[in-house]
Amino acid sequence: MEKHHINALKEIVGEENVLTSAEDLYCYSYDATPGHAHMPDAVVSPANTTETSKILKLANENRIPVYTRGSGTNLSAGCVPTKGGIVLLMTRLNQILEVDLENLVAVAGPGVVVADLNKEVASFGLIYPPDPGTVATATLGGTVAENAGGLRGLKYGVSKHYIMGLEVVLANGDIINTGGKNVKDVSGYDMTKLFTGSEGTLCVITKIIAKLVPAPEAKKAMMAIFKDLDNAGKAVSAIIAAKIIPATLEIMDNATIRTVEDYAKVGLPLDAEAVLLIEVDGNPIVVEQEAAKVMEALKANHADFVQIAKDDAERDKLWAARRAALPALAKLRPTTYVEDATVPRNKVPDFLREVSEIAKRNNVTIGTFGHAGDGNMHPTIVCDIRQPEEMERVYKAMDEMFKAAIALNGTLSGEHGIGLGKLPWMEQQHGTVAMNAMKSIKRALDPNLILNPGKLVGEC
Amino acid sequence: MSETITAKDINEQDKALLSDLQDALANCMKCGNCMEVCPVYKEVGKEAAVARGKLSLMEGVLKGAIPLSAAFDTAMSKCVSCKACTAKCPCGVPADELILRGRQAAVKARGLHPIKKKVFALLKSRHLFDFSLRMAGIFGPITFKKIPGKMAALARFPMPGMDYKRVTAPFASTPLRSQYPEVIKVDRPTMRVGFFTGCTINYIYTDVGQSVINVLKENNIEVTMPSMQHCCGTPVYMSGDVDSAKILAKHNIETFDSYNFDYIVSACGSCTEAFRIEFPHLFHDDPKMSAMTEKLAKKTYEISEFLIDIVKIDKTKLGPVDVTVTMHDPCHMARGIKVTKQPREVLKSIPGLKFVEMKAPDRCCGSGGSFSLGNYELSRKINDKKIVDIASTNADTVVTSCGTCRMHLTDGLFQNNMNQDALHVIQVLDRSYKAGKK
Repeated sequence: MEKHHINALKEIVGEENVLTSAEDLYCYSYDATPGHAHMPDAVVSPANTTETSKILKLANENRIPVYTRGSGTNLSAGCVPTKGGIVLLMTRLNQILEVDLENLVAVAGPGVVVADLNKEVASFGLIYPPDPGTVATATLGGTVAENAGGLRGLKYGVSKHYIMGLEVVLANGDIINTGGKNVKDVSGYDMTKLFTGSEGTLCVITKIIAKLVPAPEAKKAMMAIFKDLDNAGKAVSAIIAAKIIPATLEIMDNATIRTVEDYAKVGLPLDAEAVLLIEVDGNPIVVEQEAAKVMEALKANHADFVQIAKDDAERDKLWAARRAALPALAKLRPTTYVEDATVPRNKVPDFLREVSEIAKRNNVTIGTFGHAGDGNMHPTIVCDIRQPEEMERVYKAMDEMFKAAIALNGTLSGEHGIGLGKLPWMEQQHGTVAMNAMKSIKRALDPNLILNPGKLVGEC
Repeated sequence: MSETITAKDINEQDKALLSDLQDALANCMKCGNCMEVCPVYKEVGKEAAVARGKLSLMEGVLKGAIPLSAAFDTAMSKCVSCKACTAKCPCGVPADELILRGRQAAVKARGLHPIKKKVFALLKSRHLFDFSLRMAGIFGPITFKKIPGKMAALARFPMPGMDYKRVTAPFASTPLRSQYPEVIKVDRPTMRVGFFTGCTINYIYTDVGQSVINVLKENNIEVTMPSMQHCCGTPVYMSGDVDSAKILAKHNIETFDSYNFDYIVSACGSCTEAFRIEFPHLFHDDPKMSAMTEKLAKKTYEISEFLIDIVKIDKTKLGPVDVTVTMHDPCHMARGIKVTKQPREVLKSIPGLKFVEMKAPDRCCGSGGSFSLGNYELSRKINDKKIVDIASTNADTVVTSCGTCRMHLTDGLFQNNMNQDALHVIQVLDRSYKAGKK
């Protein structure tokens, strides 16, 4: 980037909203993904859609790469400015513009932190369900761009199920609106769905129309410990077969159990092959009935220990083990890769077994926990990125893990996105023809390839 | 100083300073959870303001990717040391300590900020420091205009390092330790306690010191204020000047050790933390000092903690105090020495007192000790949020357990045209003892 470009950007957003010092640029060279970092040439924070449009027009005319960023909590290197250029920081567009109680929608800027939106709508007895682990820091724009999920995915779905409309700026600076507040809307291509999960490669999101749902009146949490992984898998299937869709249905594997126990001393048996955490929510009467059926299914499938939370304090205790999973694993070693390979629900035990085999074979530490109900696993690899020999084994294990997920008819990413982290396996999952179709979409909407270039679909 | 000091230069200068830093920094997985709780980041909104950014900058310097520049120095200084990031971190990275290490590196390479340099040079000489602050008390009324009914004053004309419209507390005309004999006798004492006054209580908030003495006397405790005690060193330590901090620490340790007290009491979270955590940390590799330091650390208590856990005060002696109180937990109480229950128990023991909890009572008030000297506008913005939380409780009094918090809260209440009193917990207890005698 040249000096006159920087000056032009300063003209658009004001001097104080363009960062160019080496120190500031260094702070935007990374996101939450290990091993990927590159300095941008400028960090630009627009205040509104008009400024965003002007920035993109300038970047497009001058072929300057643009990397859109919210809070930078991405786990697939989606925010890393790998080719320099502009980091487009959207955090100033942080207004909740409307909470429409008649249509049950919220309209908000992309810079709103997801937890803040939930705080706002909670006073009306509503929730915006997608709740990724970073819900207290991640921006709405970032979670929509990544199509983020969370712990309640099984019952409530992921971001794409809640995004009804968007205002976006295209690569050339044009502003378009997609969707709206209509519950039913089949007019034209579903551009809202296309942009949701496009990882900053097709447009820059400047406004979001999100669906809200009534907050559940009651919750009931249960925990079950299994000495046999297959029984845990059968219990999961049995719960769903009993036509119960829990809000949360979490699993932890033996490696995670041992790590959590060592760290938090919550009383888990070290020889357990799986722990399930189940939470049903909704109408209080239905919740009681469903909880009873879940307990039945757990016992019928030979759970070695079951517990149901009688009150909030007990609920917190049951959740403590699951909450400790990532911190406990992360504390083992300096570098932590949280992956999100996902398989069909009935393949969860097979996948967990594969992962522990892969860990053993490559002498790598992997603890797997995740959302058993929707098959979204989090194999978490802990290592030290400064040790090249170890990293070779880590990359090999990662390769085998993703291939295993694909072989089980799974997918590379359940909720973190592809970015750069999972790009090497995209062709294996989708095939050349499908990849070419995706690349054509990219080239049609961003002919100069300035938006998050090289990510998601790779070089075009 | 040149802008091109690199990791290589520092490494050559002081390898020990950086040797263990690499591992500690590598443990940050850059999840960014610290963004949720960092009061500075909430206002500034830029990555360099939050722990993740600061630790990355340190990593960048160590890799040689960025220079140890003035901008690095500024980034490190933009931290209130509230420890909220450390408490939040899922990887257990002690970010607040690492940022201090970053400051130390900056001090080594670039020297101290000129204002701080002057103040700290003064601080190192106990005589000179004592003399200056006494003079401030005597001549203070010329430079500061007192605000009626409050322990607060406005500067009459601009002063270096001070914002003109800022409200501070007036320096006492007679410091606390000159108002009393060194040993304050009681009949048949149950124990002998050394009172580490700290600077704000000795030179500014003597009212707090008087309350501490009154309350301890009520409990038949002999109080000694060693005349040779000096600043605990936290302000210099926080600024990255470890050598000066060690001089002050050693002086205080030797002074207090010579008295052989049953307990050491302080009425400030940071001073208590200095004795209990910082001093042992500073001398952990010095066997001679270490034993003495550990011994003192074990018998040092913050006043509310001391009264509840050790003295176990007789609550029947307390008389009614008709106030509605809310409480601000100083960072170094909540996350430093982890004392939050005892001050509440003190308040709840007082008949007639209505206690209302504010939202997020342990969120930083923005003072950050000397942080607010160099970053007044920023510290005001952080404080304004605290003032909103205080207002929403409808309390008429806000109490805390730290002099600089009290000063910053007082300023915030004044700037927001609010009339609440800002006091130390112990002052309300003192009132209650007095009411009990009526």
